[in-house]
Amino acid sequence: MEDLLAGRLQMAFSLGFHIIFACIGMVMPFLMAAAQWRFLRTGKTVYQDLAKAWARGVAIFFAVGAVSGTVLSFELGTLWPEFMKHAGPIIGMPFSLEGTAFFIEAIALGVFLYGWERVPKWVHFGSGVVVGIAGLMSGILVISVNAWMNSPTGFDWVNGAATNIDPIAAMFNDAWFTQALHMSLAAFVATGFAIAGLHAFQLLRNPGNVFHQKALRIAMLFAAVGALIQPLSGDLSAKDIAVRQPIKLAAMEAHFETEKGADLIIGGVPNEETGTVDYAIHVPNALSFLAFGDFDAEVKGLNDFPKDEHPPVPVVHYAFQIMVGLGTLLALLGLIYLFFRWKKPHLLTHQLWLKALVAALPMGFIALEAGWVVTEVGRQPWIVYGIMKTADALTPMPGLVYSFVITSMVYVFLSIIVYWLMTRQIKSVNLSYAKPTPALTA
Amino acid sequence: MIYLILFFLLASLLLYTILGGADFGAGILELFTRKRDTQKVRNLTYKAIGPVWEANHIWLILIVVILFVAFPEVYRLLSVHLHIPIMLMLLGIILRGAAFIFRHYDAIKDGSQKTYSRVFISASFLTSLFLGITAGATILGRIDPEIIDFYGAYIGPWFNAFSIALGIFFTAVCAFLAAVFLVGETDDPALKRMFYRQTVGSNIVAVISGIGVFVAAGLQGLALHEMYLESTMTIASVILATFIVPLLWRTLNQGHYQWARLLAGAEVALILFGWLWVQFPAMIRLANDTVTYQAAQAPDAVLNVMGWVLIGGALLIFPSLYYLFRVFKFEQAAS
Ligand code: HDD
Ligand code: HEM
Ligand code: HEM
Repeated sequence: MEDLLAGRLQMAFSLGFHIIFACIGMVMPFLMAAAQWRFLRTGKTVYQDLAKAWARGVAIFFAVGAVSGTVLSFELGTLWPEFMKHAGPIIGMPFSLEGTAFFIEAIALGVFLYGWERVPKWVHFGSGVVVGIAGLMSGILVISVNAWMNSPTGFDWVNGAATNIDPIAAMFNDAWFTQALHMSLAAFVATGFAIAGLHAFQLLRNPGNVFHQKALRIAMLFAAVGALIQPLSGDLSAKDIAVRQPIKLAAMEAHFETEKGADLIIGGVPNEETGTVDYAIHVPNALSFLAFGDFDAEVKGLNDFPKDEHPPVPVVHYAFQIMVGLGTLLALLGLIYLFFRWKKPHLLTHQLWLKALVAALPMGFIALEAGWVVTEVGRQPWIVYGIMKTADALTPMPGLVYSFVITSMVYVFLSIIVYWLMTRQIKSVNLSYAKPTPALTA
Repeated sequence: MIYLILFFLLASLLLYTILGGADFGAGILELFTRKRDTQKVRNLTYKAIGPVWEANHIWLILIVVILFVAFPEVYRLLSVHLHIPIMLMLLGIILRGAAFIFRHYDAIKDGSQKTYSRVFISASFLTSLFLGITAGATILGRIDPEIIDFYGAYIGPWFNAFSIALGIFFTAVCAFLAAVFLVGETDDPALKRMFYRQTVGSNIVAVISGIGVFVAAGLQGLALHEMYLESTMTIASVILATFIVPLLWRTLNQGHYQWARLLAGAEVALILFGWLWVQFPAMIRLANDTVTYQAAQAPDAVLNVMGWVLIGGALLIFPSLYYLFRVFKFEQAAS
C-alpha cells in the first residue's frame, strides 16, 4: 500500500473511532444528570440506579475516548508533520482552550464517578453537568480546527509559509459555527438513538421493566429534539459550503456541469469519466433552491474545476446520500415519538415501535461517520483547503502501512472488548431488575 | 511571554513525570506483588489512582499542545524521527488506560481479571520505557535531518544504549514514586511492609540505572558528566537531589508519609530540572546542531494568545484540581 493512502486511512480510522467515544462522552453526562435530577426531585431510587448504571458504562467509554484522543494529538504530528508545523501555531488557540476544557472535564468526572458517597448530593449533580458542558466545549473547540482546515483564515500564505498570523481570526473562521452546531446536534442524535435502541431492545425482552422504561424516556427526549433540528442545521451547512467550497458541494451532489436551475440528484452511480450519473432520481431545480434559496440560481459543477482538484466523487456522493437519508428517517422517528408522547402514550410501549427504535440504534452513528466522510474526503486533495495538499503534508517516513495495520488492529480489538463489556453490564443490570417492581436500593 | 510558556512547559513536564510516573509505577509494582496480596493491591491502586488518572495524563496532552503551538519545529522533528518510539509509547498508554478501567468496571469479575492485569502491567512497562527512550533521544544528538536511509533516520536516533538506559532509569523512578506514594495509602501492615520493601528495591535500581545512564552516555560519545559539571545550577541540583535521599528515608521510617511524598516529588523535580538545564537553551540536540527554544519559537502573536489562554486556564484548573485532590487524596490519608 502506498504511504499516502496508509496515512490517510490511519487518520480516518483513528478519528472515526475516537468520535464515537467522544460523542458518548459529550452526551451521556447530560443523560445521567437528567436521571440524577429526577432522582433528587422525586426520590425514586430507580432514577439513581439508572444514573449509576449509566455511569459504570460511561466510565469505560470515557477511558477509551481519552486514550484514543491522546493518540490523535500525537498522530497529527507523526502522520502530518508538515501540516502541523504550519498549522500548529495558527490554530493553537482552540487547541489550548481545549486543554483547559479537558482538565475541567476530567476533574469533574473524577468527582462524579468516585464521589457518590463522598461529596454532597447537589455538588455531585453539579459535577455531572460540568462534565457534560466541558465535554461539549472541547468538542466544539476541536471542530474549530477542522473548520479552519475547510476555511483557512487568520494568516497570509507567502512562499509556502504563513506570516501575519492572527490566531483569534483563525479560530473564528467562517465554517466554525455551522460545523460546530451540526456536530453538537449530531452527537445528541447519535448517542440518544443508540441508548434508546439499547433500552428498547431490553424492553422487548423484559416487558414492563421500569428501569428500561425510564431510561428510554430520557434518551428519546434528547434524541427526538436533536433529530428534528438536525436537517435544518444541515441545510445551513449546505448553504454555507455552496459559497465556501463549491467543489465539495458539487461532489456531494454529483453535479458535473455548471448550470442555472440545477436538479437535485438523489442516489445514482456517478461516473467520473463521462461526468454523468446513472440510475438517479432528478428533482428539478431543487439543488439551486437548497443551496442558494433560489430555484434559478447558478450552481457550479465539477467540470469547472481542474481535474486534479476533484475529490473522489462517488465516495462523497454516496456518503452524503447515506447521511441525508438516515437524517430524514431519524427526524421522522423523532416526530412520531413526540406525537405519541403528546397524544398516544400507550403506543410508546408497542412492540412495533420498540422494534423500530432497535432498528434505529446504529443509524445516528452511521450518519455521523458518513457526514465526516463527506467533510473530509470532500476536502481532498487538500489538507488545508486551497493552501496545502494532503500529499505534501505527509511524513517522510516510509512503511506507514505497518503503523496503519497495527493501529487498526488495536482499535478493532478495543471495540470488540468494549462491546463485550457492555453486554456484561446489561446482564448484571437485568439480574437486579428481573422483576418489574422497582426494588433494589442503591 | 516566551518565558511564561517555557514555565508552563516545564511545569507540565514536571507534573506529568511525577503524577503520571506514579501512575505507571503502580502498574510496574503490581508485577512484584505476591499472589495472595494481588487483590488487595489492585483495590488499593484503584482507590489511589482511579479518581485522578484522567486528570494526570492531560499534562501530557498539554505538553504536546504547547510544543506544536509554540515550538512547531521541535514538534515536527520529534514526531518525524521518533515516530516509532512515540507510537510504541502510545500503544502502552492505550492499553494500560483501557485495561485499568476495564478491570474495575467489568460487571462480572472472573478469569478475565487476570488478563486485564497482565495487560495493565506490561503496558505500564512499555509506556515508561519508551517515554524514557524518547526523552533520551532528544538529548543524545543522533537525530540528523540530512540522513535519508531508514535506519539512520528513524531507528538510530533512539535505538541505542543511552536512550534505553534512560528508559530503564525512568521505569525505576516510576516504580519508586509509586511505592513511596502507596506506602501512605494503606493501613494494612503487611502491605505497608511490602511497599516499603519495594521502595528500597526501586531506589537501588534507580541509583544503579542512573549510573548506567552516565556510563552509556560515555560509551555513545556524549560527555554527560562534563555537561553536568559545567554549570552551578546543575551541580546544585545534583547535590540537593543526593541529600534528599537520606532525608526521605528518615521521614519514611518515622511514618511521615506526606513528607515522604513531597520529598520524592522534589527529588524527581531536581533530577528533571538538572536534566533540562544541562541542555538549555537547546530543546533538541541534533547530530550537527542544536534546536534552541529561540530558534523554534512561534511568532509573537501566537505566543501572546497562548500565554493568556494558559494563564486563564491555570486560574480555572488549579482550584478545581485542588478540590479533586483534597476530596480524594488528603482526606483519605488523614483518616
Ligand atoms: C447524526 C448524524 C447526522 C445527521 C442525521 C445529519 N448529519 Fe450532516 N453531518 C454530520 C452528521 C449528521 C457530521 C458527522 O457531524 C458532519 C461532518 C462534519 C460536520 O461538521 O458535521 C456533517 C456534515 C454535513 C455537511 C458538510 C459540512 C462541511 O463540510 O462543512 C452537510 C452539507 C450536511 N452535513 C448536511 C446534512 C443534511 C442536509 C442533513 C439532513 C438530514 C444531515 N446533514 C443530517
Ligand atoms: C472525529 C471526527 C472526524 C472524523 C470521523 C474524520 C474523518 C476523517 C477521514 C475519513 C479522513 C480521510 C480523508 C481522506 O484522506 O480521504 C480524515 C483526514 C484528516 N482529518 Fe478528519 N475527521 C474528523 C475530525 C477531524 C478534526 C476535528 C480534525 C482537526 C484537528 C481532523 C483532521 C484531519 C487530518 C489532519 C486528516 C488527514 C489529512 C487529509 O486527509 O486531509 N479531522 N478525517
Ligand atoms: C470532531 C472531532 C472531535 C470531537 C468532537 C472530540 C471530542 C472529544 C471529547 C468530548 C473528549 C473527552 C473525552 C471523552 O469524552 O471520552 C475528547 C477527548 C480527547 N480528544 Fe477529542 N474530539 C475530536 C477530535 C479530536 C482530535 C482531532 C484530536 C486531536 C488533535 C482530539 C484530541 C483529544 C484528546 C487528546 C482527548 C483526551 C482528553 C482527556 O483525557 O479527557 N480529539 N475528545
